Amino acid sequence: MAVFGTATNRSFGGRGPSFGFRFFCYALLSVVLMFYDQKGGWLDTARYGLQAAIYPLQLAVNSPSAAWRWLEESFTTRETLRAEVDRLRENLRNQQLITLRQAALEKENATLRNLDSMLPNVIEKRLVGEVINLEVSTLRQRLLVNRGGTHGVFKAQAVVTGDGVLGQVFRVGPFSSEIILITDAEHALPVQDVRSGVRTIALGTGRSTSLELPYVPQNYDVKVGDLLVTSGLGRVFPFGLPVARVTKVVRDPAQPLAQIHAVPLAGIENDREVLFIWERADHPAATASPEALAVEAPVPAVTR
Amino acid sequence: MMNFARREPRWAVTFTLLLALIAQVVPLPDWMPDIRPSFIALVIIYWSIYAPHAGGIFAPWLAGLALDVFKGEVLAQNALAIALVAYIAMSLHQRLRNQTLVQQSLFVFAVLTLNEFVVWGIEGWSGHSMASSWRWLQPMIGAMLWPFIALLVGRTHTRS
Repeated sequence: MAVFGTATNRSFGGRGPSFGFRFFCYALLSVVLMFYDQKGGWLDTARYGLQAAIYPLQLAVNSPSAAWRWLEESFTTRETLRAEVDRLRENLRNQQLITLRQAALEKENATLRNLDSMLPNVIEKRLVGEVINLEVSTLRQRLLVNRGGTHGVFKAQAVVTGDGVLGQVFRVGPFSSEIILITDAEHALPVQDVRSGVRTIALGTGRSTSLELPYVPQNYDVKVGDLLVTSGLGRVFPFGLPVARVTKVVRDPAQPLAQIHAVPLAGIENDREVLFIWERADHPAATASPEALAVEAPVPAVTR
Repeated sequence: MMNFARREPRWAVTFTLLLALIAQVVPLPDWMPDIRPSFIALVIIYWSIYAPHAGGIFAPWLAGLALDVFKGEVLAQNALAIALVAYIAMSLHQRLRNQTLVQQSLFVFAVLTLNEFVVWGIEGWSGHSMASSWRWLQPMIGAMLWPFIALLVGRTHTRS
């Protein structure tokens, strides 16, 4: 301190407090900010405002790639567009075939459950957002989307694409929100195997094409090709949204747990549009309440 | 108070810091973000040496805070690290002005390493391990880029 301090004080004496003192003040302020940022609370409100302040810069950073996409779209040929229309038509036809019997099935399901009327969809409302910025590295898998608090987006809201679960809202700003993808190494998602009903947790690996299921005991029934859906536990995602497909199951007799890998269904790096969803709270497929979580426990489907 | 009316290049500071912030966060493919040097710290070092009163400690601190908000990291972790870099550079600015750019890059390497170390420590404390071990290559790359950055930033103002 003294070594640094003397020179500056001598040369710039009389121009306010020394650099050392000012640095000390800012350092103190930083430490206080860091402390309260970790604790959460009132600083979240400040952060909400800061997000708005930084939003123009985020748009500016994204503008080169946005301009490039716009150019690309403007100069697509007739043939490419025709091909795309054909592809979309075929997609639509396939989807129509899948949903053709849905009304009948839902009625049947309602009868089996002894319900008088058919249940509405668990997804009550949706909002389309456009991806502004994409951060895909082994350490962080985050998206920045142009919908925020002023559009009704809230923290820990489920975000999906047409193919499956994408992630959840991590941080909300007034006009934008940051989404943590299910493949982020800090993300964990409660899932269920559709075929066998086994419930477990899917962890992100930091690679956009891979999820890890490290907590499945050896004797549980999970096979390659199984579809994993959200289990409705964890209080973020409603039950039954498709998540991933199991690609690899390794059962090492020396280990108590099986090593299972799955590939997420939502095409994260291609989709420019994402869906924020609001669930119907009184629906049976809505996220489980804490009381329900206390009772349920997974049952091994196969015993050796 | 302001008895000598030398104009401080405040606009140049703002402009270059904004550019540095953009360079710092612009999306890059795959492995490149891991070794991207801290452009903000480099620009801050320049201004701390050649115009220590233009931005003071406040500009570096604010730029660091903007970076934190932008990257969604613990608030003020980069702000603290960059303010520290600025403080050290300002304290030694008279000695550093007499060195050539290549000589200065040794100093740049040292403070960038310190910057990285502070951020690494705070990440460890807060439990978010955000960067790979490639990060320790960043100060080296930053030091190699220093002469070019200094020449570029130097064109935005006339040295007194």
